[in-house]
Amino acid sequence: MKANTPSRPSASPSLLPPGTPAPDFSLPSTPDQKVSLSDLRGRPVVLAFYPADWSPVCSDQMGLYNEILPEFEKFDAEIMGISVDGAWSHAAFARDRKLHFPLLADFEPKGAVARLYGVYMEKEGESARALFVIDRKGTIRWNHLAPTGINPGAEGILAALEGLSRSKSSK
Amino acid sequence: MMAEDDSPQLTLPVGSRDHIQGPSTAGVTLLEYGDYECPYCGAAYPIVKELQKRVGASMRFVFRNFPLENAHPHARQAAEAAEVVGAKGNFWAMHDLLYENQRALTTDDLVGYAERSGVPPPTFRTELRRPVYGERVRQDFESGVRSGVNGTPTFYINGIRHNGSYELEELLAAVEAAGAPAQGPPPGANRSRSPRKRTVG
Repeated sequence: MKANTPSRPSASPSLLPPGTPAPDFSLPSTPDQKVSLSDLRGRPVVLAFYPADWSPVCSDQMGLYNEILPEFEKFDAEIMGISVDGAWSHAAFARDRKLHFPLLADFEPKGAVARLYGVYMEKEGESARALFVIDRKGTIRWNHLAPTGINPGAEGILAALEGLSRSKSSK
Repeated sequence: MMAEDDSPQLTLPVGSRDHIQGPSTAGVTLLEYGDYECPYCGAAYPIVKELQKRVGASMRFVFRNFPLENAHPHARQAAEAAEVVGAKGNFWAMHDLLYENQRALTTDDLVGYAERSGVPPPTFRTELRRPVYGERVRQDFESGVRSGVNGTPTFYINGIRHNGSYELEELLAAVEAAGAPAQGPPPGANRSRSPRKRTVG
């Protein structure tokens, strides 16, 4: 369900801007596996920060991305969701929603990666809904902060990924 | 990069490929990307009907498919079924039956709804196997992805994504703001609604 009155997140996060090297991190993707951003060097990466697992809709942000994974795959891009939920919550959430991409647990220390990317909201103790597209060399090329209560679609991500493949082929 | 509060726009304009209810002269076009198995789309279905009653010929309504296959295992086939019946000229009858029977969307159910919409079972079953309908649904879906669909249902008013809720009052206000005046007080209208709108006799 969509919120009635969209507004900016309370304490406006300041996202790392395009052109910035994406800070590396290593976070659990399952209770016994970790993913490091640097492992994905050579492929475009989409980082989708979101506030929490278990939002009560059937087609929330993660659910939507799940449905359009083939679109991301056309660009050889890896998409990863990140929230402050623990790996066990992510595992249950991913199973329930049949998600086919990794959810990373920014759980301990809480929100550390969200802070690195400038998207942590202190008051809420959660990440904002924020998107980053990182190029093959590990540089942030696009970002987007969604107004609270509005799920970002995927059109901005896909346009950014298209931009990456264009700049790559023109070199 | 798009400014954060610019709402995304429809990338595939409404055209002859679309299923459209209402006159082409309507000043306002309400377009929905929907999924027949999604309960939120089911909740929006009677709201759109009511909205159509209230604003009449000043609005046309367009429906495009956005089946969430992982969440809703019957959604894609239901969308294809509506397209099959649509190709035979009776899309809206099927569309309505699907939303009125969201919890019964097996193949046999679809055969029954198609028959009630005027497509005999053998024809329907044969047509449903043709890839053209799946392709059509896929085109709708991709156009939605590119247009900023961010869940189901997602509405566009004159090509701009509607970010508010789809409760009747809010949708009506947005449609009226886009230029479709309500046509007089509706029967059984919610009395708490502010009487600020123009009434056209």
